[in-house]
Amino acid sequence: MSSNDKNECLVEVKDLKQYFPIKTGFGKTVPLKAVDGVSFSIKPGETLGLVGESGCGKTTVGRSLLQLYKPTGGEVYFKGEKVTDQNIKALRKEMQMVFQDPYSSLNPRMTVEDIIGEPLDVHKLYSTKAERREKILELMELVGLNAEHATRYAHEFSGGQRQRIGIARALAVNPSFIVCDEPVSALDVSIQAQVINMFEDLQEKLGVAYLFIAHDLLVVRHISDRIAVMYLGKIVEIADADELNENPMHPYTESLLSAIPMPDPNLAKTRKRIILEGDVPSPMNLPSGCAFRTRCRYATEQCAKECPSLTDRGNGHFVSCFNK
Amino acid sequence: MSEYILEVKDLHTSFFTDSGEVKAVNGVSFKLEAGKTLGIVGESGSGKSVTAYSIMQILADTGKITGGEVLYKGEDITKWNKKQMQGFRGKKCSIIFQDPMTSLNPVFTIGNQLMEAILLHTDRNKEQAKERAIEMLTLVGVNEPEKRLKQYPHELSGGMRQRVMIAMALACEPDILIADEPTTALDVTIQAQILELMQELQKKLGMAIIIVTHDLGVIADMCDEIIVMYGGRVCERGTADDIFYHPCHEYTKGLLRSIPSTSRMKERLVPIGGTPINLLNMPKGCAFCARCDKAMKICLDTVPQEMRVGDTHLASCWMNVKAQYEAENGGIRNEQ
Repeated sequence: MSSNDKNECLVEVKDLKQYFPIKTGFGKTVPLKAVDGVSFSIKPGETLGLVGESGCGKTTVGRSLLQLYKPTGGEVYFKGEKVTDQNIKALRKEMQMVFQDPYSSLNPRMTVEDIIGEPLDVHKLYSTKAERREKILELMELVGLNAEHATRYAHEFSGGQRQRIGIARALAVNPSFIVCDEPVSALDVSIQAQVINMFEDLQEKLGVAYLFIAHDLLVVRHISDRIAVMYLGKIVEIADADELNENPMHPYTESLLSAIPMPDPNLAKTRKRIILEGDVPSPMNLPSGCAFRTRCRYATEQCAKECPSLTDRGNGHFVSCFNK
Repeated sequence: MSEYILEVKDLHTSFFTDSGEVKAVNGVSFKLEAGKTLGIVGESGSGKSVTAYSIMQILADTGKITGGEVLYKGEDITKWNKKQMQGFRGKKCSIIFQDPMTSLNPVFTIGNQLMEAILLHTDRNKEQAKERAIEMLTLVGVNEPEKRLKQYPHELSGGMRQRVMIAMALACEPDILIADEPTTALDVTIQAQILELMQELQKKLGMAIIIVTHDLGVIADMCDEIIVMYGGRVCERGTADDIFYHPCHEYTKGLLRSIPSTSRMKERLVPIGGTPINLLNMPKGCAFCARCDKAMKICLDTVPQEMRVGDTHLASCWMNVKAQYEAENGGIRNEQ
């Protein structure tokens, strides 16, 4: 890969908006702003972690990006080309997804061979039956499954192995970008490490870029080059992984990091937890101005009036907060 | 009367399923002092929740305690009848469950469910029970408690529901609170709120807490003693410092290596190989030996006994016996 390629963005998301109409009564609908103006970019071979609490819109970002939902607004560019309804089918050869739940994301009536082979069929990536089978076995080996598993059904596998099948399916078309939507949160701790290592190995081998969506901040910090923090449909902070952890600027990131349960008793005893008060407001009834102000200890009058935008604080560290 | 509020001795619990006997708990023992916190940690299928349910005797129909004793203030409650157990649950010992969505009844109001527990276990009349319910909701930090009493579970958020569950569990001032994965279904910031609340309430009310969880982070700063379970047995027990800084069982070591930690963030994780054991088909020796890279011949056919490795620290792993033997004899015993 030349240095020129490195500077270019693989995926660029500009002001992505995804509203869902919610029926509230007879003929009345209210937009639920799941994602409200999100912009970020990912370089080739890079991992961008996306964290936030449930309902903040992180999964929706992943799905809208791949046009699994039709975005309400905003644009997605892949290698400089705008993603539209017309070219999305071809572009899915380059952009794939691994889903959270390895139990419901595999068709129980298909064998592993057919599950992994389906993307090959869709994109017509083989000329003979033998070639198809060869490709499938290659993929299975890549993710650490035995060849004899090919004729089995998904229910015969454990959670960790199912997630491997899901990853093999995503890799079948040889993509350069994969959206990983909570790929390890359904797995046991000891199995999580196996799958995380596999993601890292595959990135090294194939140079694929990830958008790694998760709520486990330790895992995200481990695997990501950069991390974006979302709160109620907006990115509130985005920075290099180490920079974000050592120097969090947004009050939400600050409290989120302080609230991670640390598997380290000394650290847990000495650090100060910042406990946020109250719950996340409903995304159907967002507070005016900054969405976080209702739980923020630095909130001022300005926060209620205007919504802060992401501003550069140097070294690629972007924060949207008036007071920090 | 013993100084321990709860003593579990060699507890065995099995589920009798169509495919055979599933030995979920195989000889678990521990002691709980009044006002202290015990953490039980393990993966799914390690028997940690079944241990908790066995204490409360709320197992599924197929489950049965097949051996051992559960002593509450010196009395074996496994011999108690249904009526006595009803007096135990809620009043002496309460449990909060993982999923606050499904453990509250959706067709009754919060007030109705809270007052039911109070009316059942105390002499209070309806008016007093309502007062108590409001008092409890205030204690656990639910705002506008009087309004909440009239609401249904679906009107509350996950964190609020877990608070209601805690209020319900503590309404009759039990001596023991069992928390089965109390924060697994909650978000990080809400999890921090609930853990903080539990610690605060323990200081205020002085109950003993048993936290059952798979999250090593949750127990690190909560527990006086930690038990690590695998395959229905206790592998290791000790204080948080013992377990996190001087793990003496290969499973605990593996578990700690497989999670990212702040001190070695960019280092590669070391996963535990293999898959969790099948409880239908338990190995003869150590339950962990199939996944252990240090397994010896003895591990395959003899279950290791608990061995003291520190003042507060016990582990059941043959590696410790080997290490001790080597220290005493200055050499390695020949494998037979």
